Formats: sequence, C-alpha cells, structure tokens
Amino acid sequence: MPFRFGHMLGIEPLSAEEILFLLDQSKPFQEIQHHPLKKLATLRGKTVALAFFEPSTRTRISFATAAARLGADQMNLQAESSSLKKGESLLDTVRTLDAMKPDCIVMRHSSSGAPDFVARNLPLPVINAGDGTHEHPTQALLDALTIRDRRGTLHGLNVTILGDILHSRVARSNIHLLSKFGCRITLCGPAMWLPRELECLVPAGTAIRRVTRIDEALEDADVVLTLRVQQERLHEPALAIDEYILQFQLTPARLRRAKPDALVLHPGPMIRGLEIDPVVADGPQSCVLEQVTNGLAVRMALLFLMIGADSSSERDSSHAAD
Amino acid sequence: MLLISNGRVLDPASGTDAPLDILLDGDRIAAFAPHGQLAARARGSEVFDAKNLIVAPGFIDLHCHLREPGSESSETIETGTRAAARGGFTAVCPMPNTRPVNDNASVTRSILERAAEIASVRVWPIGAASIGSKGEALAEIAAMKQAGIVAVSDDGRPIATAKLLRQVMEYCRALDLPVIDHCEDSSLFAGAVMREGKQSVRLGLRGMPAATESLAVARDVQVGELTSCRLHIAHLSARSSLELVRAAKANGLRVTCEVTPHHFTLIDEDVQYDTRYKMNPPLASREDRDALIAGLADGTVDAIATDHAPHEAALKDVEFDRAPFGVTGFETAIGLGLELVHAGKLSLMRLVELFTSGPARVLGMQRRIAENEPGDLTIFSTEHKWTFRAEESASKSRNSPFDGREFRGAPMATIVAGRIAYRR
Repeated sequence: MPFRFGHMLGIEPLSAEEILFLLDQSKPFQEIQHHPLKKLATLRGKTVALAFFEPSTRTRISFATAAARLGADQMNLQAESSSLKKGESLLDTVRTLDAMKPDCIVMRHSSSGAPDFVARNLPLPVINAGDGTHEHPTQALLDALTIRDRRGTLHGLNVTILGDILHSRVARSNIHLLSKFGCRITLCGPAMWLPRELECLVPAGTAIRRVTRIDEALEDADVVLTLRVQQERLHEPALAIDEYILQFQLTPARLRRAKPDALVLHPGPMIRGLEIDPVVADGPQSCVLEQVTNGLAVRMALLFLMIGADSSSERDSSHAAD
Repeated sequence: MLLISNGRVLDPASGTDAPLDILLDGDRIAAFAPHGQLAARARGSEVFDAKNLIVAPGFIDLHCHLREPGSESSETIETGTRAAARGGFTAVCPMPNTRPVNDNASVTRSILERAAEIASVRVWPIGAASIGSKGEALAEIAAMKQAGIVAVSDDGRPIATAKLLRQVMEYCRALDLPVIDHCEDSSLFAGAVMREGKQSVRLGLRGMPAATESLAVARDVQVGELTSCRLHIAHLSARSSLELVRAAKANGLRVTCEVTPHHFTLIDEDVQYDTRYKMNPPLASREDRDALIAGLADGTVDAIATDHAPHEAALKDVEFDRAPFGVTGFETAIGLGLELVHAGKLSLMRLVELFTSGPARVLGMQRRIAENEPGDLTIFSTEHKWTFRAEESASKSRNSPFDGREFRGAPMATIVAGRIAYRR
C-alpha cells in the first residue's frame, strides 16, 4: 500500500489501514535501535528542517536522531534563536527555510493549526511535531506502536486517558487514533478540562465517556495514558496542585482497579509525585522508556516514507489529493 | 435629471411594490409615477432602464470600518466607499476605532471633509463613547454630534463598565443619539479566537461561549431601561442574545439590533484555521444561525449590517491565534441576503427593509421613496448570476470568506444624491 499523504498534520484524517501501514513500516526501524551500528544511508543527501517555534526537548531530539540515523542532514531552527523574536512573520520564516531547499519541514508551534497554515503556503511536506492544543500525531503513533507490541492488537481495548484532556494535543491525537480501532475510551480529569464536546471528536457510535472519579475511570482498563499536568494550566482556571494529586494522581492502589496487566503510558516530560506516583512510573506496567525508543522508530519510518527515494515521485500527485 | 424607468419599485416604508418610474432632479427625488407617466416631465433627462430590476430606497450600512485615518494600508475612505457603492450601499457608518480614535470633533470633521472630497457614497461617522474608546472618561459627544456623528460606540470592544454605560446613555438620551454596543463579557472572552463548541474543541482553538455576548446584552438592556436611552446591539450573533432583545422589545424598551451577512450565512463548523473565517463575534452554532434567520424574518432584527472589517494580507496571513478579527463585507451583502430570499426564508420586501427603513429607524431617520426625499436609490437584480472574486474587489483588502462564491442576484446601480455612483 503506497503512503499517499503529502503531509502529516494530524491523525484525524488517517484511516485505520494507513495507521497500521505506518506501524508496520516502523518495525524494521525498531530493530535498528538495538544494533551496535545504528546509522543507515537511506536519506543520504536529503535535508530535514526542524523548526521548533515552541521549546521542546524530547520531540526535537527524537526527530533529530531519527533524521541522523537515516543519514539525512538537518537544519535547526529554535524559538530562542528565531527571527520571530525580531518580529518576522511565521510565513517569512518558513519561506526562508524553504529557500535553503530542505526536503521536508518538521514543525512544533504553540498555535493550533500553524502546521496546516504552513502546509497551505509551502510546496514542501510538513510534519506536525505538535501544534498548540490540536494534535501531536507522532506521539499517538508511538503510543499505538507501544500498545500493539505489548497487547498484540489495538482493537477493542479499554483505554483510560487521565489529566487535562481539553488542553492536550496528545489526548486529541490518541482519541482520534484509538477510536479508529474500536477502543472504548474513558476520559478522566477535573470537570472543567472535560467538556462535553470532547465526545464529538470521534465518529458517532464510538464508545467514549467522561468520568470525573478516577476509581470508576480505571475500572477494567487495558491501557492507562497519563498526561502531563501542565503547571501553567493550573492557573487557568485556578486549581490547587494538591487538589489534583488528591483526586487524580495515578497511584498503585488506584491502578489495581485496572486489569492486572494494564499498561501505563506517559508522553513525558513526567512529573513524579504530581500526575503519577513514582512506584507506578517505575513499575513493571510502565512503558515510559519503551515509548521513547519507539518514538525514534515511528519518526524514522515517517521520514523514510515521506522523503525517501521512491516516495518523492508520488508526492506531486498526492499533494493534489490531500 | 435622471429617470429610473421601468423598474419594480419596492419601498418598505410605504409598503409599495409596483412598476414605477422615478425622476431624480438635482440631489432629490422629484417625482414617481406609474411607468410611462413621467415621460413629458423627464424630457431630456438621462434614462436608466431598470427593466427586470428592483428599485429600492438607498441601502444603509450601520456598521463598517473604513480604516482612515491610521490604517490606510488596509482601507481608505476612497476604496472603502467605492466597495460600498459596488455593494449597493448609498450610506455607510464607519466605526470610530481608527488611529486616532474618532473621539472628538476634529477627527469627525477630518473624516467628513475627506469623504466630501473622495467618497463614492455618504459617510455617516459613529463617534466613540469614551476617550480613546478606553472606557474611562466620556468622549466629546456633543461636539461630535455638531460635527456630524449619527451614533456613539466603542466598537471593537464593549463599553467597559455598567457605570460608564449608564453615563453614556444618560448623556446620549439628552442628545438624542443612539448608543451602539459591541456586547462582550471580557472575562469570558479572554484569549478566545472562535465560538466554543465541538469545532473549537476539535481544532484546539480557544473558544468563547455564546454567553460572552448575551451576558453583556442583558447588562445593556437593563441599563437601557434605567436611562430610557436608545440602545442598539451591534453584530448580534447568538440565539440567547436575540431572545433578550425580543423580550426587551415586547416590554416596550427602545432596543434595536443588527445581524451581519456572515453570521446569518456561516457557522462555527466552517472554521478550519483559515483566518478569513475569524471575526468577532465569532461564527456561531448552527442553532444560533437558524435563530438569527428567524429573527430577520419576524422583525426582532432591525437591520443587516456588514461589519466590513478590512485587514491587509500581511496581518491576516498568520497563525489563526495571531490574526486580527474581521472580514470584508460590502460587496457580498446583497448576494447573501438574496440567498435567504431564494431559499424562501425571507420575503424580498423584508430584505429591503433590513437594508433601508430598518437601519434608518435605528438612527432616528426615515428612508423612503417620496417627493423631495434624498435622491438615493439602490437598484439590484434578484437573478443576475455572478461570482465574487476578492482579488477584483474595490476594497484594498481581500479578507473575505466568500471569495469564489457564486451568487444569484447583484447590485446593478447605486445612486447617491441623484448621481450614479456605481453601475454594474
């Protein structure tokens, strides 16, 4: 099956088949991470532009490492050094990058829809590395890869997502992805972070519910996805950290409500003692470090599919269809 | 002299719907009579053949932004009024949020002097309610009234506090000026860029609920009752606001409201990170949109106003979060209004009323076809097929969500003070 997307802006428009194709393509790249020599020459001569308009450590390093292991060169733009600080518009900044002739642009931005805006204005494949509170597609893909490896399937799982769902791009991308595989999704967190409209993100008929009591939310879960509590969000609306910990911290006792072999995922950065008890974070059910390694594999697969040798010939036609 | 011959005259003020000829002499209407009867009197005059066209009193736009002085790279009085003429408007009311703000008589006079030199249509400025529209001290409203303002507003933002609103309304009641308020509860509004709902949650854009508007409408209606001043709600977008206006009218309060073409046409689900769909108030829900159409039909809504808000490309070609609010509106207003007529949701007479005697009444004026009335007429087709192309607009800006839309019905000629200001 050919990869027919000119861009990777979000999970929402992808089909289940396309997602499985991407996960299958990630398999060989997972194996490479365990070789003594990890570098390939697949993308030699290609250039990946990394444009991070919002501070990011792990996602930026993951994409940079993925590009390096495929043999691609990199152009790096970081918020601290960017000309945006000098008043240049996003459009002018990315046009300048484009003029240096990269083969794709990986971008992170604090405004929802910024990658969509760039994709409409540049003749270049755009990979969304997280936009505002909209989507973070590669995070959902690496989560799916991790879940499928451990569970053997993505179909029909009970998945509980804990935290500030409203402001989480990780939650949105995961909700879109898991709903395509018939998962039963439970969203849990403080009520103001769980608007009713979240249920409308997914196609009618998807089993999705909002629960404000964590014990109820964890009941019978196959997968528990804990989100980072963004401390800057606690002020808006004001919610005391201790209140959050009291009601929503993932503790060993609470986790016992879930299935005995339930997986615990966290997109990082993780704050021990806030959203997650250290015992759970380091316990046998935690997949946190596996997720990081799988992130490399997914991002290598995506870069390979989007700018690898045989994908460029298809790109022009796929752009039109997108 | 100019004879408008052979048209179907619609005049909501008198309920006239008849094949009449209208003779304009100088800047006034000299006579009107059944087709053919003015031939002798009109001998030698220029003749406009309005066969198969509607001839209506001149359309008034209560709400627009001409951007001059201060933001001439987005629009000027010259380009904005040319676009207004192409849209069939004979008079437009520019809001005071220029740079400097129109909060004193010298700014008002400079706008009117520039308009007298260059404008294609009449310009009736709206003055600021507070100095700099900052919501602190009253602007020089009486002096601006002498200079020519027709209403006051701090549009772009609400009149800041109930206390200030009360002062403005007491003062304007004595001056017999309507107070136009941009209704918005700032604390609910904070940081929002679209209407709160499933689309804002899907896109991850910060939303504001309908109550952001209707809470402020409730405040304004009560302060209006306290002061007996005429209150006009600008660009009303929510069903909950409309119901407050409906109840206030039923209670005999002096409250009027306007609705924009984009709010009765588009909904929040149309927003897809395209900044041409970003305006304030934002596009509302489908239920709100349907309620607005019902309000247009049943008389709760007094006027259609464009809120023509041009922004140059450099300002709009940015992230959705960062783009300024506002869309252009003059040239697409009649076409969008006629969509409601063609869909059977609004009568043609009612549509004309919403562009003529409706807005005139808000300003305490009349708009009708009668001898010695101003020679302002809007002549339009209900059938002419055309496509709006933003790049061909007379406006300096291109920020219209209706670029490329096909219309059935168009303005064919705009007559201002007895002269043809625009002819298709």
